[in-house]
Amino acid sequence: MNKPIRRLSFIVALLFCTLLVSTTWIQFVTAKGLDNRPGNRRTLLESYSRERGAILVDGSPIAKSVPTKDDLKYVRTYPSAKLYSQVTGYYSFTYGAGGGLEGAEDSLLSGQSDKLFYRRVLDMVTGKVPSGASLELTINPKAQLAADKALGNQRGAVVALDPRTGAILAMVSHPQYNPTSLSSHNLDSVAAAWKSLNANPGRPAVNRAIAGDLYPPGSTFKLVTAAAALSSGKFTEESQIPGPATLDLPLSTTNLPTDDHQPCGPGGKTTLTHALEISCNTAFGWLGLTLGGDALRAQAAKFGFGDSLRVPMRVTPSTVPPLNAPQAAQAAIGQYDVRVTPLQMAMVSAAIANKGTVMKPYLVKDTRNSNLDVIDQSQPERLSQAITPDVAAALNRMMVTVVKSGTGTPAQISGIEVAGKTGTAQHAKGGAPHAWFVAFAPASDPKIAVAVVVEDGGNAGNEAFGGKVAAPIARAVIEAVLKP
Amino acid sequence: MSTVTSFRPRTRRNVELVLLLLAIAIVLMAYLNVGLAIDGAFPPDLIKYGFGLLVLSVGFHLVLRWRASYADPLMLPIATLLNGLGLVMIHRLDLAYGRTGSRLLEPKQLIWSALAVLIAAGVIIVLRDHRQLRRFTFTAMALGLGMLLLPLVPGIGRNINGSRIWIGIGPMSFQPGEVAKILLVIFFAGYLVQTRDVLSLVGRQFLGIALPRAQDLGPILIAWLASVGVLVFEKDLGSSLLFFGVFVAMLYVATERRSWIAIGMLLFCAGSYVAYLLFGHVQARVLLWLDPFSEKALAISDQLVKGLMGMAKGGLLGSGLGRGHPEFTYFPESDFIVPSFGEEIGLIGLFALLLLYVLLVERGLRTALGVRDGFGKLLAVGLSFSMALQCFVVVGGVTRVIPLTGLTMPFLSYGGSSLLANWSLVALLLRISDQARRPLPDSEELAAASAAHTQVVRIQ
Repeated sequence: MNKPIRRLSFIVALLFCTLLVSTTWIQFVTAKGLDNRPGNRRTLLESYSRERGAILVDGSPIAKSVPTKDDLKYVRTYPSAKLYSQVTGYYSFTYGAGGGLEGAEDSLLSGQSDKLFYRRVLDMVTGKVPSGASLELTINPKAQLAADKALGNQRGAVVALDPRTGAILAMVSHPQYNPTSLSSHNLDSVAAAWKSLNANPGRPAVNRAIAGDLYPPGSTFKLVTAAAALSSGKFTEESQIPGPATLDLPLSTTNLPTDDHQPCGPGGKTTLTHALEISCNTAFGWLGLTLGGDALRAQAAKFGFGDSLRVPMRVTPSTVPPLNAPQAAQAAIGQYDVRVTPLQMAMVSAAIANKGTVMKPYLVKDTRNSNLDVIDQSQPERLSQAITPDVAAALNRMMVTVVKSGTGTPAQISGIEVAGKTGTAQHAKGGAPHAWFVAFAPASDPKIAVAVVVEDGGNAGNEAFGGKVAAPIARAVIEAVLKP
Repeated sequence: MSTVTSFRPRTRRNVELVLLLLAIAIVLMAYLNVGLAIDGAFPPDLIKYGFGLLVLSVGFHLVLRWRASYADPLMLPIATLLNGLGLVMIHRLDLAYGRTGSRLLEPKQLIWSALAVLIAAGVIIVLRDHRQLRRFTFTAMALGLGMLLLPLVPGIGRNINGSRIWIGIGPMSFQPGEVAKILLVIFFAGYLVQTRDVLSLVGRQFLGIALPRAQDLGPILIAWLASVGVLVFEKDLGSSLLFFGVFVAMLYVATERRSWIAIGMLLFCAGSYVAYLLFGHVQARVLLWLDPFSEKALAISDQLVKGLMGMAKGGLLGSGLGRGHPEFTYFPESDFIVPSFGEEIGLIGLFALLLLYVLLVERGLRTALGVRDGFGKLLAVGLSFSMALQCFVVVGGVTRVIPLTGLTMPFLSYGGSSLLANWSLVALLLRISDQARRPLPDSEELAAASAAHTQVVRIQ
């Protein structure tokens, strides 16, 4: 019987080898993936046992970990309460890290990131308690505060960029919430806060600036149409184009009227500059027809439409769908199925301000260790050349006239030349339109580009119109940055 | 007792003693480690605990010197080490859960360990020759099957955690399946050694497979039906798989016919598939095995997932005893004690544990090779293989090699029945190994035996 016993020994060896492989698979090969699974209480506990990095704006924390006496050694607090809720997101024992930088940069803040590997080894050798990295943001606190105050109790979003670098100077989304209510160690009150947060019809957890339901851009999209027209070489700022009271759309029974049902100029003709200044629907509709849907889509793509960006939070890509002729006319004035994020419209404005170059937007200026020494600094990154410097200069001049004498006069600031474009986006029949305003300033040497959207016309309701509702908000943000 | 002659092969009892002291030292270090990690202080029980462990295992060692002086020198230290480490983990979990008084599991396990070692020593003392067991072949079958089916008896059977594998008398609960395992192996060995010639020679070819006569199949079919019964009525996949696997392995060793393995596998696969189709609890187990992270599976149980996360957190080196969170998993001291160890002593520690089992099984199989009677060979093979298969089913279950079943890890897991059964199993193996290693009066035969039978794996 010894022969089968020896064979059986092989089978036993095989069984145990399988176990060696399976345990290796779990504890070594796929261990990291299992650690990072949502709901892994051990990882969560581990991250609580070390000091999580702070999130800083201009050196002062907007999210920081404070030592406690309970089992979870640190509790996360948000000193500015609601002001930065969508920027920081939340850090909850029950619901994990999410909603903003807490989620997007979790591995850095918790100190688990591979970028910190060398430092972790050093900490291990020197016996230092490891801690997470802190993040210094690009946010200008004055701009953030001004945007928050100007938006008031209206739903909507404000994004401000430095057009030269892409640094995000302000990012506000209303309504807001207080993330401290989710980071408490009283798990019952956290559950209640979470429930009421998710039941709120205003959906405060959503960052409308980058990742809400996309908005129709309304007339602010005429900037893209104008950019496409000027880039085609067939038009200049002074080109005479048709601007009748009503534009016949081919292949379609609906026609496109101007807002006031009057022609945009004598004899139904107007210049490109004037058309933008008074936001002439028929003139831009005609441009859309003439240029074609593909040209509009191509121009939009150069401004960053369709790109998957991370700032480091994921930005929902803005879209221009494939268009036939009548759709192209409607898309040219920001209707039909064109959908954008406020950040995308800020990028269009910033590109025009920055001589046609689109800079990649970013929120984290630098990463710091627990001594606040900088360990990684963000470098501005060029995303694309949307338009030539000449076209950008022309659009710059055209946008200045919008604020000087057109639809955007409420954005005027004494002593500072502001360039802008209004938008009033009809999105539901009978409902109040979204009010838009995009701008940059100073026009001669732009230092800030802003996009503002106020949902459903804000407090003005059906009376809403971009220049009246959104432009003052943009003005407040620009003033906060540029006025000493 | 052997007489003193001028030529006397070494008993290796001193090696055993040294290894035993080493094993106790390791266990005490682990105990100290837990105390320092959790309370930051020297655990005051350490001395009492170490003394108890020392008395028990050295006592057993002395029994071996007295009654089985040629027994294998590795088995006792390995069993002691595993038992001791299990106690350390259970103690560590007592601390983690903040258990006190009568809810402490470690003292209970310690009492069970003492009882188990005493019974094992009793087996060595009473059972002078393993061949005596052959007389009880059919008694063992009746007792084994009886114990296996005992939990189904209304009144004493208890349904715990979805499996009906417990009996309860008063406050005590007991898992008779563990003891049934040994009884059934004795029955298989006795029965197969009797009928192996018939099974391997008589019969007729059918479709290229040699089928035995119907009258020889009777007891085998009873055993198979019992194992299916365990699966269906007690919902105990693990025991069912274990019995059937050990049975097929012993049948193969007895008859040296590979066709039995094929038939066994076929029967097993067919049985599993039918069980999968018929029973919801089997389907749930399969779902938890294949896709434990799916929402559907998590709605049933996140036990496996929690165990996996614990093991992953342990990584290569582990968190260190007392520094992880094995208490996050359900049943971290019984079914999931392996993930508990994986988390705290890491992959490296887990490898060491698994190798201890490999070594134990290997010593058992070597005993089977060395012993000279067929019954002893079959018994040793059956006992060793049951240990190996049980490890595979338990560890394979928690690491997603096979569906999770409810078996305990020999020696490590919390549970009195498991300890009693496994210490008795080791006692039987020690008894057989004494027989295998004891020198024959004829020195020529001795030389032949030691030359040929000491390798488990012969490389040709």
